[in-house]
Amino acid sequence: MSDTHAQTVPFVRDTMLPQATPPSTAQGPVKWMRDSLFSSIPYTILTIAALYAIYVLLSGFLPWLLGGVWTTSNIRECREVLDGATGGCFSVLTERWNQLLFGIAYPQDGYWRPTLAFILLFVAISPVLFAAVPRKLLIVTALYPFVAFWLIWGGSLLVPVAALISIGVGYTIYGKLVKTSFAGGLAAGVVAAAVVWFIAGFITPSLSGVLALEEVVSRNMGGFMLNMILGVICVSLSLPLGIVLALGRQSSLPIIKLICVVFIEFIRGVPLITLLFVANVVLAYFLPPGTNFDLILRVIIMITMFASAYIAEVIRGGLAALPRGQYEGAESLGLDYAQSMRLIILPQALKISIPGIVNVAVGLFKDTTLVSIISMFDLVGMIRGPILASTDWNGVYWELWGFAAALFFVVCYGISQYSQWLERQLQTDHR
Amino acid sequence: MTTMSDPQQGSFRLSMLLNDTRYRSYTFQFIALMLLIALMAFLGINLVRNLAEAGLNISYDFLGVPAGYDINQTLIDYNSQSTNLRAAVVGIINTLLVAFLACLTATILGVIAGVARLSNNWLVSKLMAVYVEIFRNIPVLIWILMIYTLMTAVLPAPNAFRGDNATSSMLFDAFAFTNRGVYIPAPVWGPGSMIVVGTFILSIIAAFFYRRYAVKLLFETGKLLPMGWPTLAILIVPTLLMFFIMGRPVGLDYPALRGFNFQGGIQIGAPLIALWLALSVYTGAFIAENVRAGIQAISKGQTEAAASLGLRPKRVMNLVVLPQALRVIIPPLISQYLNITKNSSLAIAVGYADITATLGGITLNQTGRAIECVLLLMLFYLTISLSISAIMNVYNNNVSLKER
Repeated sequence: MSDTHAQTVPFVRDTMLPQATPPSTAQGPVKWMRDSLFSSIPYTILTIAALYAIYVLLSGFLPWLLGGVWTTSNIRECREVLDGATGGCFSVLTERWNQLLFGIAYPQDGYWRPTLAFILLFVAISPVLFAAVPRKLLIVTALYPFVAFWLIWGGSLLVPVAALISIGVGYTIYGKLVKTSFAGGLAAGVVAAAVVWFIAGFITPSLSGVLALEEVVSRNMGGFMLNMILGVICVSLSLPLGIVLALGRQSSLPIIKLICVVFIEFIRGVPLITLLFVANVVLAYFLPPGTNFDLILRVIIMITMFASAYIAEVIRGGLAALPRGQYEGAESLGLDYAQSMRLIILPQALKISIPGIVNVAVGLFKDTTLVSIISMFDLVGMIRGPILASTDWNGVYWELWGFAAALFFVVCYGISQYSQWLERQLQTDHR
Repeated sequence: MTTMSDPQQGSFRLSMLLNDTRYRSYTFQFIALMLLIALMAFLGINLVRNLAEAGLNISYDFLGVPAGYDINQTLIDYNSQSTNLRAAVVGIINTLLVAFLACLTATILGVIAGVARLSNNWLVSKLMAVYVEIFRNIPVLIWILMIYTLMTAVLPAPNAFRGDNATSSMLFDAFAFTNRGVYIPAPVWGPGSMIVVGTFILSIIAAFFYRRYAVKLLFETGKLLPMGWPTLAILIVPTLLMFFIMGRPVGLDYPALRGFNFQGGIQIGAPLIALWLALSVYTGAFIAENVRAGIQAISKGQTEAAASLGLRPKRVMNLVVLPQALRVIIPPLISQYLNITKNSSLAIAVGYADITATLGGITLNQTGRAIECVLLLMLFYLTISLSISAIMNVYNNNVSLKER
């Protein structure tokens, strides 16, 4: 039978052919290269130009990086070791490592203190940054400012403890009263905290030896530590201030609105450097005669004001982006202004503003280098001043600037990557 | 005998100042105002007392006194006997100069990088992403100092150009890159050169009118006149003709090595170059992000709709995507320009004589008039910022979508 069929019916395939692989030009790396590198003549030229640029950059950079010298003690020794070969004198980094990180004047045997404070910083901010971290760690966050102050500035532990107690008392009283009236609770809390702090002021000086670390005056802070201190303190202080300013600018009370608008527009209109000039040479005129305010404290005040104006604008954007119904909904529930802001509006508005706030924070952290212009020895100030001016390392530019750039890049890029991750996490709308 | 008890009208009790929402706002505003006045009074009294103690007063007389210092990069006449006011004006002009130059180059750089980052070419888009991330995440002060170091420590000294076996040579015999700055040819305006310039201005106007006529013709008759080449021809040909007719009145003064330094041409100091380049590449990275966001903000439907109308890709870009993207791009772009102007105050770090370095730096230190100098400095920047944001508001009102 089959034979006859074979004679009469042409060949009919009854099974599928096995799937053939696409031609090699339409799959895998070849296709990828054709699509994304050499899709047309101009693109090919661009690709070759880009490859050449990468080659030029790397051929200059890699020998310098890999051929570097890490162990000499000054630039002459380094050049002898190099003996005309290409390579960086990275020994400036190893030799001046502590100066770059802690400045000149911080006590040598106390370097563990800022280092520990730096490590604890990660523990303290982790519950704030990542929701997966156990909530119990928030206690560390609450205690961190006091511990860090004690570690970095030294002195008796009793001073930060007194501050902690007074704030604790204030917060308890605020918590008791906030149910009846937000403004009353806040005022009572602040007053109670001030009273406790005032009373503690009589006790702590007599016990100044208790658990005391060697005291370090702010003048002696320097290096990258100073950038970190300024960045962390100013960002955390400017956030609440920025919220208040943003609410004030949105408020319906004309006088308060006017004050906030003038403040924000003024600060945003002038460069940070002029505000630092104010901190450096002008602010002293506006304080009671005889007050001797630390320069670092004056700078912190000014940078905080600067950052809070920018943060206020970001949060104002967040407030404006909320649909009107949220405000009306809160009102229709019978919440008063403070309650509706605290419970309904701000949680949503802050969530929208996170990317903007992080941008401001990164910008602020970069701007802390400006303090080197008013002759404070932060990382940039250390490099420009004591290190490049010393006879040992006069002329080692690229290693130092490269190090500073790398340090800032790591921190700022890390923060912005975190912000993008958080944005994806918080995305609750359906797309 | 029940009566409706209306809320009491008219009778005002003191407690209503706190409990009644109608009056509470007045209480809060009053408290805020009082606090503000108290703060101002506190600062003012301290100021008066401190000034009296130091034997100082607030006076702007120092502006009329000879400054007594030299400025090496000036656009207007200035010498050390000029007044402090003149020094401040030099500073203002220098600030505006570097801000203008940096805005120009940052925009070009930013647009190229932003568009290239969206390119289908994997290598180019990754390269641009690296550029943007590196330059955004490192403080501009470090960039300024790095480029300044490059200008002063790496570029050869003028005497490297000397002799037969010179280690450096001039680019096209016209540009010299030295550690004292960059020397470029300077135009020399001979007699009759104004006619050439006038011709050029006239041809710009003519080109503008030609383009308007072409658009009008297109809209009325559908006839498409060529745009690119005629415009270029109108711009160049008459000017070139006039240039040769007038006997080449505009010449170039080339820099040349005489003595220990280059003479002639225009010297652009290393500080200006460092500031200019650093602000350009730094802000360029931000502008690139703005441009990318702006183009990505235009929904794909717009491009597809335009394509389905039969527009070619170039026209889709020019007529549909770009006009909409610009609406998104321009506001952040202008605030970047504002940032450039404010960041140009970092000139003081490399010794470029902008307003911060003259008025807020040397003048302040020499006269000790800290309050006055810082006040004037802030006033200057505030004026610039507020006027730019005023312009921006006008623009925003013009281009914002008119809904409802």
